[in-house]
Amino acid sequence: MVGSIKDKVAIIGMGCTQFGELWDKSRVDLIVDAAKEAYEDAGVEQKDIQAAWFGNYYDTTGLTGQALAGPLRLQYIPVTRVENACATASDALRNASYAVAAGIYDLVLVVGAEKIKDQGLSGLAVRNLDTSGLMFSMTMPGMFSMLATRYFDHYNISPEDGKHMLAHVSWKSHKNGVLSPKAHFRREVSMEQIIKAPIIAWPLGLFDCCGVSDGAAAAIIVPAKDAKKYRDDPIYIKAVQMGVAPADGSVSTKYDYLHVESTARAAVAAYKEAGVKKPREEIGMAEVHDCFSITEAVTMEDLQFSKRGGMKEDIESGFFDLDGGLPVQPDGGLKCFGHPIGASGLRMIYEMYKQLQGKADKRQLKNPKLGLTHNLGGQPPHCTIFCGIFGRELG
Amino acid sequence: MAVGIVSYGAYIPLHRMPRDIFQKAWGGAKMPGERSVCNFDEDSMTMAWEAAADCMRGNDISKVDGLYFATTTTSFLERLGASILATALDLREDIRTMDVTDTLRAGTTAVAAAADAVKAGTAKSILVAAGEHRMAACAGDFEMALGDAAAAVLIGSDKVIATIEGSYHISDEFAGVWRAEGEQFIRAWEDRMVYDKGYSEILEKGIKGLLKKYDLKASDFAKVVYDTTLETRRHAQMAKQLKLADDQVQDPLFDTVGNAGSAHAMMMLVAALEEAKPGDKILWASYSNGVDAFILQVTDQIKKLKERRGVKNHLSVKKLMDNNDRYLRWRKIVPLEKSRRSEQSPVSIANLRRDSKVALALYGVKCKNCGTPQYSQGGSYGYFTPLRVCVDCQAVDQMEPYKFSDKIGKIFTYTEDRLADSNDPPTTVTVVDFVGGGRALFDMTDRGGQEIKVGMEVEMTFRKLFVDRGFHQYFWKTRPIRF
Repeated sequence: MVGSIKDKVAIIGMGCTQFGELWDKSRVDLIVDAAKEAYEDAGVEQKDIQAAWFGNYYDTTGLTGQALAGPLRLQYIPVTRVENACATASDALRNASYAVAAGIYDLVLVVGAEKIKDQGLSGLAVRNLDTSGLMFSMTMPGMFSMLATRYFDHYNISPEDGKHMLAHVSWKSHKNGVLSPKAHFRREVSMEQIIKAPIIAWPLGLFDCCGVSDGAAAAIIVPAKDAKKYRDDPIYIKAVQMGVAPADGSVSTKYDYLHVESTARAAVAAYKEAGVKKPREEIGMAEVHDCFSITEAVTMEDLQFSKRGGMKEDIESGFFDLDGGLPVQPDGGLKCFGHPIGASGLRMIYEMYKQLQGKADKRQLKNPKLGLTHNLGGQPPHCTIFCGIFGRELG
Repeated sequence: MAVGIVSYGAYIPLHRMPRDIFQKAWGGAKMPGERSVCNFDEDSMTMAWEAAADCMRGNDISKVDGLYFATTTTSFLERLGASILATALDLREDIRTMDVTDTLRAGTTAVAAAADAVKAGTAKSILVAAGEHRMAACAGDFEMALGDAAAAVLIGSDKVIATIEGSYHISDEFAGVWRAEGEQFIRAWEDRMVYDKGYSEILEKGIKGLLKKYDLKASDFAKVVYDTTLETRRHAQMAKQLKLADDQVQDPLFDTVGNAGSAHAMMMLVAALEEAKPGDKILWASYSNGVDAFILQVTDQIKKLKERRGVKNHLSVKKLMDNNDRYLRWRKIVPLEKSRRSEQSPVSIANLRRDSKVALALYGVKCKNCGTPQYSQGGSYGYFTPLRVCVDCQAVDQMEPYKFSDKIGKIFTYTEDRLADSNDPPTTVTVVDFVGGGRALFDMTDRGGQEIKVGMEVEMTFRKLFVDRGFHQYFWKTRPIRF
């Protein structure tokens, strides 16, 4: 890699809808709501937008770009839909950032939106036209529980201790979620409730799994040099890295089911791009892809926040709590927001943006300088990972 | 040329239903013993695969010139079961295949046809596999009396363990038991008449016809192996009709398996061969719409045949079911509430045709450059297309075929998923590292009774995955090693 995105582009406006089971809102409503907030926040008008990127997973019309241009009536500008598993919204932002960094555009829009709850299903719809149904029939909780089974076995963690560790992850996020007005779930849950909840796929119980929600988020990106023209507190993009696995972990015996290789690789690339040498000390906060408690847990090691085998100690010591050394999921994460696939990555960045600007109300962290987002798609043996780093200062 | 049985195999499902559970559920008369019950993902095809694989263990599959599949419970009325089975068994392409069906005599009729082909010299060996999972409506004799099972014999002229010395056949249109096109459950005429005018009369006639034709006496046989009815009284009475000594009568497997239809006589024969000594003469007869009766002569070669899983071993490893509800659910007799989960991805015949060996014979590849075996679940959720780029060394187009179906695996990690839509929750999925290399994910079946653990050994088994628009899709699952 010869170039770096660091300090080349800035976010000058963001919007995020309420997340939840939004029975009274359509995908069009969500797109308009998120974009409108972003325009107002940036102090721009829609007619100023020169190009747009749309993150969405479930649209199957094949009209891709029109699924954003239509709802917003964008006037004949280039619009590209990006779909990259659960990291869809993050990748939309990455592509938009590159277009601005290349000097082609100086004001672009990124929107991520997903309307899942119209499908009438519990969980996420999975439809593979090229497998003839010849696939193991587990759900997402099943896939991710395999990490925990292996982790417990490898590190000799008893079922009770393992459940306790995972419960702390969800307990902390639920506590944070109470302070997030836009979250789907805003209720504190006790450790006991979490541990005793019905098992979905051992050791993952109900509270170890994130919900399924509708939602949308949007960002407006400009060249870093122009950022202060729009506002005093723009947020600079320091790194937008991705690691896409070659679908190897379920085929090769080399994969250990103790970590997610794409996360480890994307993190290394992101730290290099942003010039971060000691992630545990330099990263002030993180929004990671906590689709399940075990996912967040192993991510702490893959992001080098904890050493290998050390996540349990860090989690249980409160290091990742809101008042800990490296707060993770200050907004409550997927755990409280649910996971509208095409929107989640931008929702994470929205929280970093607000925190860095000091506008996170009751969740506000003390003086965070760098924030990291980690957006995961796929399943442990082969993931698509986005790692982004954002800061409020240049340099 | 001495033509006869070269090898044998059998299969009995893991699960057995004590018959008193039916009686407790529905009332009515009691019936002693237990019956075998297919798991929800088993049918006549998958059981026939098990029996045939047992029969072929240690034998060269490339030398088999034909496969006859005998059953009255085919999954397809139009699409050859024997060809699906031949693919799953990885037999050659240039073989003769045939489904023998519509009669509970299908197993013996298929053996007669196979023996004739070998005798005629048009085939050197033919594998005959019989599997049966007949459906009985609730609260009746059939439900209690039937059993699900499969058996297989390899017919040939080399290394014959029991030569077929002669046969006698009767055809009889009698409608004692029947099932018509479009009907799920078996029907029967009043049982006393069915037994008096059918089994007891015609079977005796067939066996005596065989003895007369070859000028033999019943006492010339070490074992007399013949079908049973929906109980054992008529079977015992037949022994008297034929003036057999107690030790000549082969156990009808009724109290342990139940009546396994077209596979039953072959199951009993396998059990007889398991105990047979060189020089034994065996009389083997099957009854239904007439009789097929054979004289078998056991040879010295039987001592050289390695122990099979057969009937004896399969009988000894079992799991007793403890309620009727599970039986109803597994047999899909009661409608279940539709899951509010995502629907099964639709079948693509084009895709399955292209990947026929990958799906049905569990073929993966092995990299000639680095030697790594790999099964082709390459994509995000399991994309069944042969791999062209090596997962370990990234060499392109350096692959040779590699079969996983006969490999033992170890569980690297697993899940018991209570959310997934399943006929037998929790859905258990295993990440399997194969001995010899390679990893893949498969559903696990027949897991009841054993605690699943990381490091546990598993074997591959051929099962039915689902039915999509009338298309029965078979695939592979792991199961705890049964023996």
